[in-house]
Amino acid sequence: MIQKNNEHIYTVSKNYRKEIADDNYYYARSCIRQNFYPGSEVAFLNILKNDLGKNVFDDPRHTTCTGIGYHSDVVPFDTIQTVVARHFALMTENGYKNFIASCVTSFGMYIEITETWKHHPEQLEKIREYLKKSTGREFEVPQNIAHTSDIIYKNRLAIAEKIKYPLVNVKTGKPLKVVDHIGCHYAKMFPDQGEGGAEFTQVLQAMIKAWGGATVDYPERRHCCGFGFRQYLVQANRGYSLSNSKKKFESMQPYEPDAIITNCPGCSMFLDRWQYVMNEMQGKRYGANNSLIPVFTYEEMAGLVLGYDPWDLGLQMHQVDCRPFLDKMGIKYDSDKMYKSKAGKIIGSYTPQCSK
Amino acid sequence: MKNIVVIGGGIAGVEVACMMAETGNRVTIIERDNKLGGKLNNWYCLFPDFKKSDEILNYIKNRISKFNIEVKLNSNVEKAERNGNTWLVHTENAICKADAVIIATGYQLFDATRKEELGYKIYDNVITQADMEQRFREGNFLTSYGKKPERIAIVHCVGSRDEKCHNMYCSKVCCVTGVKQAIEINKFLPDAQIFCFYMDLRMYDKFFEELYRTAQEQHNIQFIRGRVSEVSETPDQHLSIKTEDTLSGRPMKMKLDMVILLAGMETKKNTKEIADKFGVDREISGFLKSKDFHIGAGILTQKGVFAAGTCIAPMSIKETIENARSTAFQVNEYLKTL
Repeated sequence: MIQKNNEHIYTVSKNYRKEIADDNYYYARSCIRQNFYPGSEVAFLNILKNDLGKNVFDDPRHTTCTGIGYHSDVVPFDTIQTVVARHFALMTENGYKNFIASCVTSFGMYIEITETWKHHPEQLEKIREYLKKSTGREFEVPQNIAHTSDIIYKNRLAIAEKIKYPLVNVKTGKPLKVVDHIGCHYAKMFPDQGEGGAEFTQVLQAMIKAWGGATVDYPERRHCCGFGFRQYLVQANRGYSLSNSKKKFESMQPYEPDAIITNCPGCSMFLDRWQYVMNEMQGKRYGANNSLIPVFTYEEMAGLVLGYDPWDLGLQMHQVDCRPFLDKMGIKYDSDKMYKSKAGKIIGSYTPQCSK
Repeated sequence: MKNIVVIGGGIAGVEVACMMAETGNRVTIIERDNKLGGKLNNWYCLFPDFKKSDEILNYIKNRISKFNIEVKLNSNVEKAERNGNTWLVHTENAICKADAVIIATGYQLFDATRKEELGYKIYDNVITQADMEQRFREGNFLTSYGKKPERIAIVHCVGSRDEKCHNMYCSKVCCVTGVKQAIEINKFLPDAQIFCFYMDLRMYDKFFEELYRTAQEQHNIQFIRGRVSEVSETPDQHLSIKTEDTLSGRPMKMKLDMVILLAGMETKKNTKEIADKFGVDREISGFLKSKDFHIGAGILTQKGVFAAGTCIAPMSIKETIENARSTAFQVNEYLKTL
């Protein structure tokens, strides 16, 4: 069920418009995305370079931002500021001024740190000194910091012009219903840094709409996915993580969404992973007709509508089988190639338990 | 005979104008709307006695008709110049000479869309107390789905005492407005369950506390001490809210049919512009700054410029009228010195 007044969400959110650089980006990868969904970051670079003709620098010298450690109280603030300062130094040395982060927590950290420096210039001077002493490097604060979902959002209409597979059910002709889930660190800490603010964030909804899909506004839409570093990293707390996700799934179930789209590494992972767990533990599934709901990153979704091969996007790495969604979109795929390497060698034959 | 210009034709403006005319001055009211009465025109009834707002509107109409007051409707102050002890107030098509100017521009309701989490203008069944007054006038209590509401929440302090909105002050009259509206709704919809979510209830004036007791004892209104953190819509055409009952220390989730937001009072944008034109100071809150909080509330920081009503601070109708009369007294004292 799609709410009749969903359009209002777009209208109100126009109060929040952030400046997003148009080209020439220094790209900061995410620690956990590279492990969970490596295809997404590759897809992002391919889409930007090949489909949109943008200049983006993927720097192998880039490291973790240490955000997970910071939010888990094991990395002090001065340390993370110095690590981030090194990232900015690499950006400066390579002649870039626009910094884009693949991870929502990193994005939140870059904003938190640059905001701190704005209000406490003495802190900035201290970090300059720390970086100089430890690495000999100097840096400029980026002119523009954006999350990579902001970049896809900014180019959503350009992507829509090249669309091969719109978000439309080929059998019914109706828009596919997509639940958007925004990572907490994207806009909840600094609402003016999120496209559309913290409550009715547009960044993913606008993509769905531009590519022909329908968005779903369900009661727990704004609720955290449950990842929460302490909740997951401390094994004894994982029940909190799971119960948060469960709350969201129960809330979205009546709307029978076809897919979920997220812009946070943790959200993608846990909304995907916990469906498997809940199915194993309780035999509960929250999609239409007792199915599971495939979870996509925004790059994967962009890649699908642009006609990228699902296995090049890494969709075979998901816990929930994405093939039913590909069928709805009318995307042709070869299941035999699902676990084949580029050289044609079978690298595994795992069938997700929950797709049985 | 001295010339007085009153900017604003709401309750405060009309009352202060009549007081000044009564004491032998030539008075002009500059009102930007097409009628006098201000926001009261949209109100249904008043606390604490449920007097119909039309009765107060009739009072000001009758009162002003007794004096020869020039009323310039649909007029805005474009410029203000001071020449010695005289002010020249420019409107679109006239220049009014004034020995004293009284700003009575009133307030504006806090824009509840700024509290995005509460879903105003997103979910049709989230409305403000001003919208509710309009519904009382129209006799329309149905939800946007055409249903008679069975469960209604009234959320206090929306945009008041709220650091996030940069409004640190209390809007003062919302508490009792909520209690009054809850009772009024109960009269129209006796089967509906009504919940008031409050921070604390500031029943500061005569009969307010009694009204609060009446609401609980005779109208079964439930008061829950807690802030609402989120409003969303459910697939079965209800609203869902997240809140906390801070007295029992429990988070709660409730299903409702309608949510009424008690939006606070703010300075009008127009007041800010007029303050700049006359060079008068404003408080951090945006309201006009009085020369002395205790003994000169209506006297502003610029010679010959005064204020009356809710452009100084949030006030009830009763206080607005009292304040307007007090300002008139202070203006007359000033005129004696010229």
